[in-house]
Amino acid sequence: MKDASRPSLSREDRTQSKPVMPLLETCTEQLRYARVLEKGMLFGLAVLFLSFLLYVLGILEPFIPLHKIADYWSVDVNTYLDRAGVEGGWSWVGLLGYGDFLNFVGIAVLAGTTILCYLAIVPILWRSHDRIYLALVIVEVIVLSVAASGILGTGGH
Amino acid sequence: MTILRLYPRFRSIVVRQSRWDWVAIGIAVALLLGCVLAPVALGAVGSQQGTTSVSLPWWFWPLALFVVTFAMGVVAVLGGVGGGVLFVPIIGGFFPFHLDFVRGAGLLVALSGALAAGPGLLKANLANLRLAIPVALIASSFAIVGAMVGLALPTNIVEIALGTTIIGICILMFTAKKSVHPDVPHADRLSSTLRIYGVYHEPSSGHTVNWQVHRTPAGMALFVLIGLMAGLFGLGAGWANVPVLNLLMGAPLKISVATSKFLLSITDASAAWIYMNQGCVIPMIVAPSIMGIMLGSLAGVRLLRVAKPQAVRWIVIVMLAFAGIRAVSKGLGY
Repeated sequence: MKDASRPSLSREDRTQSKPVMPLLETCTEQLRYARVLEKGMLFGLAVLFLSFLLYVLGILEPFIPLHKIADYWSVDVNTYLDRAGVEGGWSWVGLLGYGDFLNFVGIAVLAGTTILCYLAIVPILWRSHDRIYLALVIVEVIVLSVAASGILGTGGH
Repeated sequence: MTILRLYPRFRSIVVRQSRWDWVAIGIAVALLLGCVLAPVALGAVGSQQGTTSVSLPWWFWPLALFVVTFAMGVVAVLGGVGGGVLFVPIIGGFFPFHLDFVRGAGLLVALSGALAAGPGLLKANLANLRLAIPVALIASSFAIVGAMVGLALPTNIVEIALGTTIIGICILMFTAKKSVHPDVPHADRLSSTLRIYGVYHEPSSGHTVNWQVHRTPAGMALFVLIGLMAGLFGLGAGWANVPVLNLLMGAPLKISVATSKFLLSITDASAAWIYMNQGCVIPMIVAPSIMGIMLGSLAGVRLLRVAKPQAVRWIVIVMLAFAGIRAVSKGLGY
């Protein structure tokens, strides 16, 4: 159905030297999202690379000895968890003293950055009374938080 | 006689390639040969029991993983595909890691690539947040469902489904057309309500391009399927995002590719959490993979400035087809 509130675009309109509708500048919430995403990504990758070096160089003792790691990665996740004596979910937080589990900090930062990005644009959407997107963003935060929480199941299948 | 007639054409193609084109083709061919020969050379055909890994030092496989993912990163950029879609079938098919861990790592590889590319694409106004938010909500919700289903299904069923999907992706890559500026005469009601439209500058023509989308409800419906598959197989879903955004919804190709890449940072994050909470993340697989593919992508981008051999895309399709057939055969127990 045609929307009367905005003009339709002909081929000529779509490729022209001056925009007819939105401005070329990136919108505020998009810029805010990009900045948070950039910081989270750089921090997460830095932590992951650093912790992996500590792990692989043997500076921090791993929970699963390096020479035994090959016995674990070829079996399914249930057998791995049983053999290693590890629980799923957030149990890794209690094992951060070990080189291998320290890597989970960087991984969690990478996986969690999107939640922070969404939270960062909530005030902008609130101020601009963009209720639809505010609702979508809040629901997305809930979805990602539920996935992250471990409520939907932990520790193998 | 036919061969003689084709020879001049073949020769002109060969002569046209630059030195850097040959470097790119060499990396792609090495990766393809590695996929074909590695299982035979290491006696790993049909083995998922870790027999080869036990006989090799522990560092062999992480090092091999780094080298292979580096090559994968180069080839992905040159072939115009996401690293995630190459990772799961190739690593799952030719390394001794269980598919549970490969899928977990695959999601994190695709996620890291999307996180790295996202800020630049958003700032350049190529990835569009207003286009991404609604479809990301659908895809990420269903990626959770896909991940839970994928982890509940027997491995051989997932392997067969994965292999079939990969072969389908090859057909899609082979046949799908792209439209640089799709014709969208009128925005639909939903996209107008959500104010999904924008403007970007096209440096090649010097023009400013206004864009809008249509068929938004149908596009959103397809993101249910895209999310399910992303979670189920641990694949980055760029191969599916771009056709839906570009061909169905009518977003310009540049906007579709950029928004698709950015979308993965949301879709794959939700599924990655499920895999992580289930215990399907082994840092010794994840960290070398992320490092390898990111460094490979950087090298690929540099190589792309001086070389763009069309042959790489064909090698990627052949490699994916081979990996898909291998996944199906593994799932069937051959």
